Amino acid sequence: MPVRIWRTPLNIEKAKLPKAEIHIIKNQCKGCGFCIQFCPKDVLEESEEINERGVHPPKVVDESKCVLCSFCTSICPDFAIFVVEKLCEEEC
Amino acid sequence: MTNLQEFERHPLANYLRVERFPHIWCEGCGNGIILHCFVKALDELGANMDKLVVVSGIGCMGRVAGYIQCDSFHTTHGRPIALATGIKLANPQLTVAVISGDGDLFAIGGNHFIHAARRNVDMTVICSNNFNYGMTGGQCGPTTPLLSYTTTTPYGNIEHPFNLVHLAAASGAVHVARWTVLHVKRLTESIKKALQKRGFKFIEVVSPCPEIYGRRNKFGKAIDTMKRYREIAEIRHGYAPSKAEITSEKIVVGEFIDIEKPTYGELLQGQFMRFNKG
Repeated sequence: MPVRIWRTPLNIEKAKLPKAEIHIIKNQCKGCGFCIQFCPKDVLEESEEINERGVHPPKVVDESKCVLCSFCTSICPDFAIFVVEKLCEEEC
Repeated sequence: MTNLQEFERHPLANYLRVERFPHIWCEGCGNGIILHCFVKALDELGANMDKLVVVSGIGCMGRVAGYIQCDSFHTTHGRPIALATGIKLANPQLTVAVISGDGDLFAIGGNHFIHAARRNVDMTVICSNNFNYGMTGGQCGPTTPLLSYTTTTPYGNIEHPFNLVHLAAASGAVHVARWTVLHVKRLTESIKKALQKRGFKFIEVVSPCPEIYGRRNKFGKAIDTMKRYREIAEIRHGYAPSKAEITSEKIVVGEFIDIEKPTYGELLQGQFMRFNKG
């Protein structure tokens, strides 16, 4: 546990982490790699496949690690990646 | 799903002319990030796109006028500020933003810039500074750092560059900021602040040019330049613009000037009212 949290939050049972849904528009990617490099949670990595432009677009390693900071959306110069909150049912 | 259908689901697709994408900028160019930050700022402010005019000049960044879904002008070389002044005076209801490159705003249109800042014409100027003339093949420009290599300075540049924030502040701009394209959230906040303020606002954005300027100076790929920005950028709000220099060891970023001053439009309107009472 990080040092700065001194007590357990009272609503820890009710609190839910938001679930992210990462969309990658593969053929719009130019392969600069900013999203992979600057993701604070290392959610993305370079994929094996080659897109229409002849580069390797990113792929999602673990979507559950994403904390919806949307830094990848902002740093992408080609508008090729965006993150939205997953609207889920009661079960998730 | 086709590319276009997928892109239409992007949260900012309403603000862009999606059929024109993918854009012409190179892999790793910062201009796309500046476009994203501008559009994101509009989205967060809930801006009325019918009351917004984007003006751009010639150059790589000049293409931005064609990508934003609003009334936009792609003007002659160096004249976006002159045209924007006319638009603002003809219809003071409009919000006017000029987005252009360093060569267009400071070499060819240098005089327009200093006089619009002196008059305090109500507009937001965003300058993408990539240290050379990218579109025409990487010639030496007024912002090229000392001793760096370009197509026209194969033995190193021997001209001292402009400090753009100092120039803007000395000319009388009311809001002056500098960011790199790595500071996306802070840049968005800065654009939001500038769009809400009255007067001449100037934001310089340091942007990588990996294919032309970066290649000649052996900066590696765009991602290496971005990593360097993370190491050497220093955030200093309210720092004296004359000291805020860009060197190879340090890039001083932040919001330097934030003052209030009557704008040219207001003074003109006041004079008009005074002499047309009868």
